[in-house]
Amino acid sequence: MSLSASAPGPCEIQAGEMSSSRAAKSSLLALNQQGELEDLPRDYPLSTSEDEGDSGGERKHQKLLEAISSLDGKNRRKLAERSEASPKVSEFSVNSEGSGEKLVLSDLLEPVKTSSSLAAVKKQLNRVKSKKTVELPLHREEIHREVAFNKTSQVLSKWDPVAQKNWQAEQLVFPLSKQQSIFPPIEHVVSGWKARTPLEQEIFNLLHKNKQPVTDPLLTPTEKASLKAMSLEEVKMRRAELQRARALQSYYEARARREKKIKSKKYHKLLKKGKAKQALKEFEKLRKVNPAAALEELEKLEKARMMERMSLKPQNSGKWAKSKAVMAKYDLEARQAMQEQLARNKELMQKIQVASESVEEEGGAEEEGEPFVPDVVNEVQVKADRPNPWMFRNHSGDTKEAEVQGDPEELAEPAAQEAPESEEEGPVVAEEILLKEFEERRSLRQKSGLNQIAKPVGSQEAKDLSSQEVLSELRALSQKLNRESHQSRKQELSSTRTVLAVQRGEPSGEEEEPLLLQRPQRARTLDELEELGKEGCFQNKELPRAAVEGQQLERNPSNHLGVPKEKKRKEQMTDLQNLLTTKSPSMKSLAVPTTVEELEDEERDQRQTIKEAFAGDDVIRDFLKEKREAVEASKPKDVDLTLPGWGEWGGVGLKPSAKKRRRFLIKGPEGPPRKDKNLPNVILKEKQNIHAVAHQVRMLPYPFTHHQQFERTIQAPIGSTWDPQRSFQKLTMPKVVTKPGHIIKPIKAEDVGYRSSSRSDLSVVQRNPK
Amino acid sequence: METVPKLGNNVPPKKDKLQGKKKKPRRYWEEETTQTAAGASPGPPRKRKRNRELRPQKPKNTHSTKKSRISKKPQVPKKPRERRSPGPQRSLSGAQDPFTGPAPVPVEVVQKFCRIDKSKKLPRSETKIRSRLEAAEAQEEEISVKAARSELLLAEEPGFLEGEDGEDTAKICQADIVEAVDIASAAKHFDLNLRQFGPYRLNYSRTGRHLAFGGRRGHVAALDWVTKKLMCEINVMEAVRDIRFLHSEALLAVAQNRWLHIYDNQGIELHCIRRCDRITQLEFLPFHFLLATASETGFLTYLDVSVGKIVAALNARAGRLNIMTQNPYNAVIHLGHSNGTVSLWSPAMKEPLAKILCHRGGVRAVAVDSTGTHMATSGLDHQLKIFDLRGTFQPLSARTLPQGAGHLAFSQRGLLAAGMGDVVNIWAGQGKASPPSLEQPYLTHRLSGHVHGLQFCPFEDVLGVGHSGGITSMLVPGAAEPNFDGLESNPYRSRKQRQEWEVKALLEKVPAELICLDPRALAEVDVISLEQEEKERLERLGYDPDTKPPFQPKPKQKGRSSTASLVKRKRKVMDEEHRDKVRQSLEQQPQKQEKAKPMGARPSALDRFVR
Repeated sequence: MSLSASAPGPCEIQAGEMSSSRAAKSSLLALNQQGELEDLPRDYPLSTSEDEGDSGGERKHQKLLEAISSLDGKNRRKLAERSEASPKVSEFSVNSEGSGEKLVLSDLLEPVKTSSSLAAVKKQLNRVKSKKTVELPLHREEIHREVAFNKTSQVLSKWDPVAQKNWQAEQLVFPLSKQQSIFPPIEHVVSGWKARTPLEQEIFNLLHKNKQPVTDPLLTPTEKASLKAMSLEEVKMRRAELQRARALQSYYEARARREKKIKSKKYHKLLKKGKAKQALKEFEKLRKVNPAAALEELEKLEKARMMERMSLKPQNSGKWAKSKAVMAKYDLEARQAMQEQLARNKELMQKIQVASESVEEEGGAEEEGEPFVPDVVNEVQVKADRPNPWMFRNHSGDTKEAEVQGDPEELAEPAAQEAPESEEEGPVVAEEILLKEFEERRSLRQKSGLNQIAKPVGSQEAKDLSSQEVLSELRALSQKLNRESHQSRKQELSSTRTVLAVQRGEPSGEEEEPLLLQRPQRARTLDELEELGKEGCFQNKELPRAAVEGQQLERNPSNHLGVPKEKKRKEQMTDLQNLLTTKSPSMKSLAVPTTVEELEDEERDQRQTIKEAFAGDDVIRDFLKEKREAVEASKPKDVDLTLPGWGEWGGVGLKPSAKKRRRFLIKGPEGPPRKDKNLPNVILKEKQNIHAVAHQVRMLPYPFTHHQQFERTIQAPIGSTWDPQRSFQKLTMPKVVTKPGHIIKPIKAEDVGYRSSSRSDLSVVQRNPK
Repeated sequence: METVPKLGNNVPPKKDKLQGKKKKPRRYWEEETTQTAAGASPGPPRKRKRNRELRPQKPKNTHSTKKSRISKKPQVPKKPRERRSPGPQRSLSGAQDPFTGPAPVPVEVVQKFCRIDKSKKLPRSETKIRSRLEAAEAQEEEISVKAARSELLLAEEPGFLEGEDGEDTAKICQADIVEAVDIASAAKHFDLNLRQFGPYRLNYSRTGRHLAFGGRRGHVAALDWVTKKLMCEINVMEAVRDIRFLHSEALLAVAQNRWLHIYDNQGIELHCIRRCDRITQLEFLPFHFLLATASETGFLTYLDVSVGKIVAALNARAGRLNIMTQNPYNAVIHLGHSNGTVSLWSPAMKEPLAKILCHRGGVRAVAVDSTGTHMATSGLDHQLKIFDLRGTFQPLSARTLPQGAGHLAFSQRGLLAAGMGDVVNIWAGQGKASPPSLEQPYLTHRLSGHVHGLQFCPFEDVLGVGHSGGITSMLVPGAAEPNFDGLESNPYRSRKQRQEWEVKALLEKVPAELICLDPRALAEVDVISLEQEEKERLERLGYDPDTKPPFQPKPKQKGRSSTASLVKRKRKVMDEEHRDKVRQSLEQQPQKQEKAKPMGARPSALDRFVR
């Protein structure tokens, strides 16, 4: 019997009661009843309203209240949903089934109030319930089988270590037999020996009588230990030392912790600045004393700079920068501070690298750097129409430097003219850029220091008025600095050269000296050579200036936007040239080869020198060309799949459209970087030696998953010329050795040292399997 | 190298009984031990007791030895010194061995023989692979320890020349050296005045015992230069460009005006090789049995002298070839060209393995040292440069010489000789593996004519110089390796020994196609074809059998297999894997950081503020 009522309510309940009473009457009328039942709900509201109008309303209200109260949390009751017709349905929506809650055995025990005494019983019940059902009893045969299996495996497991040993053994010798040593051990001989002759006996007697000390007189272990032990004072001293060290450490830690906690930005700034200053001072000192160490220091500084460069926050996106940007329109100081930061950023962003890409990168960086400056600031500058001390200083400094660097007669030459010249003269040696960079940074720092000093002193108006003065002052300062830097650079140059000589092949010593002085011995005989030397010398002399100009070039990116490719090539060229023409110090040999008076020889010499004079540049250009060709040849080729005339007009003088060509051009894959990419003077063949490759291993043996692992195991050579004789024999000994003409019997328990008992176990195995 | 006698590996169990019956001899040391042990007067009843005391030691000992023999792991310690057992072991005599365990071996010497390159970091490997690797390493260590032990047998020490304080060794002339050394060594300095037949080229045999020289005007001679016994002397009536011993002193290759001729030690012409014509330079690769010839026509030809076949004829496309040398380390031929480059050749490749631009002018001479790490070149620009051949090919040092060096030669121990006009300069390095420092010449010598050929004699402190006035044998202390390998190149070998060696060397002949820049590359896996094969396999199978299938959580009982929990479990495993990866990468990082930290100076708390 199913009753499809969805809404629980008094009407339903009534319906239930009615139906039950009717069912009792007759079962034959079931169908009718059902029909009636289904009809009933429709009728009911009426009847209920008739029977109990007031009470129904009351109950409803009560229900609603209950429902509301049950909405919150704990005493929410699951509202029963009737899915089946059942005779017992209470009005409190509690029924025996269909509520979704299973009735658990322990629930029956539950009293109205929970009491602890029943917990044990509950547990027991749970335990009873959780017990698994007992498995089916095994068949007799199966029992036998299992027992037999267990036994056998136990017996056989005795052989496991033996098998394991044999698997792992480096060598197995068959037939298995115990080696019988031919010579009895020394104890046997000794114990069997007797003093027979009277002479021997006499000697023994004598020895016994005299109690000859035979054992060596070395110290006993206890004596040694006592010697080893420290004296009390020593222990005390050591402990005190340790205590002191610990205390110091803790003080230090505490201090560090305290310092770390200081949140004042000003403090940290000051600290940093102080440190930097100190470091610079130390560096200066060090440079005078120990140039090599100074170079290392320089490297460290460079690293610090790099760190700074990496960690430098976006210039105007920081909190501070933003606030300053807002203020910049109105506050001069804020503007200045901002520009200072930008300048610093710019300075840091300048990458130091000789490599040909650096120029382009530099340009890119600078171009990117430009938009960082907020427009507001720029606008204000234009409006103010007043030389910005920062921009202005940078600019003037540059020009002045250039002027000072150049010879006095070149002083009048405007800087603008120099720029194209420098382009022609080509780029710069690495160290020189680096040194220049350093120099500049230093000067900048000094200048900025000066500026900071000057700032508080002079008010803005005063600055305006005395801008000329400042300019002249700066000029003087920069000149002085440059003069200094000239000297210092010389020193640094020599110092760097000494260090770098090993790597770059640049020899140490008298760089600035003309070649003429270097080889006085040959000066008379080889005039042409001198010429050559001069030429080389000239080039070398030019280098510092070229460096300056290169620097300038890098500063204004607009200049070198036009010819980057040409530039790159030239750079390569100069790189090579530097490599080849770096002047090496001449030999001071004791025995100078006598120049031969023979006409023939002299003639040849002359020819040589002429050849030399003309060869130089060609060699490098040719080599570069060759290298370029080799690089091109090794690159994977693009595949052009365009079919002329396919899908469009074809014929003489008609080419497939660019779009089509682009579409059907399959680009070759980008190969791995060439090995000689960073070696300007080398062309390395990339092609594999096929014949040699045929001898290489091309399959990884089993346990290895990576070729490097396997390579490591075969790196040590095996051969009589590589290894000592014994180790070679050991390395090449066969895994299994058999004796010809001998039967190899299966292994027995005795062979591996088992007693007969194990043998009986084995017999069990043999008897059992049927 | 166990000094301790083993106590009875196979002591029969009956021994106890035997002792009971037999009367043992009384030895004085027995008395001594019993006295020390018990502190009582000597007597016969003590004997048994002592035996019992001794016995427990025996099985222990045997056990330990047995174990070491069985266990797969070779018990070679990291440091040989550690092998010493802590407690002093008692020998049979009761005396203590003051130097227990094997003798210590200096670590540096062991390091010299280690050939596994541990600098590369391996990908993380399973235990099985790791155990293999460990086994390989242990084996290598064992071998190198053994090799280091046998270093003891190299008794000879290299010679040296030291000036008195402040004295320049270059000022010491040959006469002084000859005066100072013993008679046998003094006899090694000699001059052959052969003014008639023009400048001479010369060559020492591999054992250093024999000398062959050929004059421009056809004079060819071979002699045992130590005893000054002439083997043969002929005039080939043709210009001789170069001369070279083949694998033994019995065969002699002479590059004559037209063709290449081969003579035996009697001066009988054995072959005239017309396929090699107008040869200017000869070079013999002893392990490959290849005679490399450079010709005027610009061809580099490899002739296999064991079978008489031309292995390869390579066109260098660089005009006349007249500068050639070999790299003894990898048998690569270096050719110097007039455009300032040095090209490296192997018979397996039609094109040079590498080309190095060394000088602005043409290259005049090239030499490679015996370890194959340094190459010295001199050019028309009067420079002498030393290049690093280990991958970078960059010049290490350079010098301008008053007159460029026309000939260069390296000795076995890395001394560099340069012939400039009629002067020979020799430079020495600091250590064995270091390049010669060009600051100060080690020795100088003036000859009576212009230098035309230079070679250091193997295993003798002698430099042979061929010049227009004949041959000069100079004494150069410390030039050669003092210890020779008797099985490899024995200067004192008999005819029979030479024949034996010849057979062995032929059996061990290295195929010509194996010559490549890095000979150790042969011990590497061919990664390209390996990957190719892997790819093909994947394609064949349609899936990768090596990849771990993605984690699939097992269904669980009792409602714990809900979708949420499944996802949760999956997530857990994924996170664990990720954490593993991160941990791994973190493990590698600190090493880098440690490197970056500046060394020295006390760490300051303010360091953290340094940016």
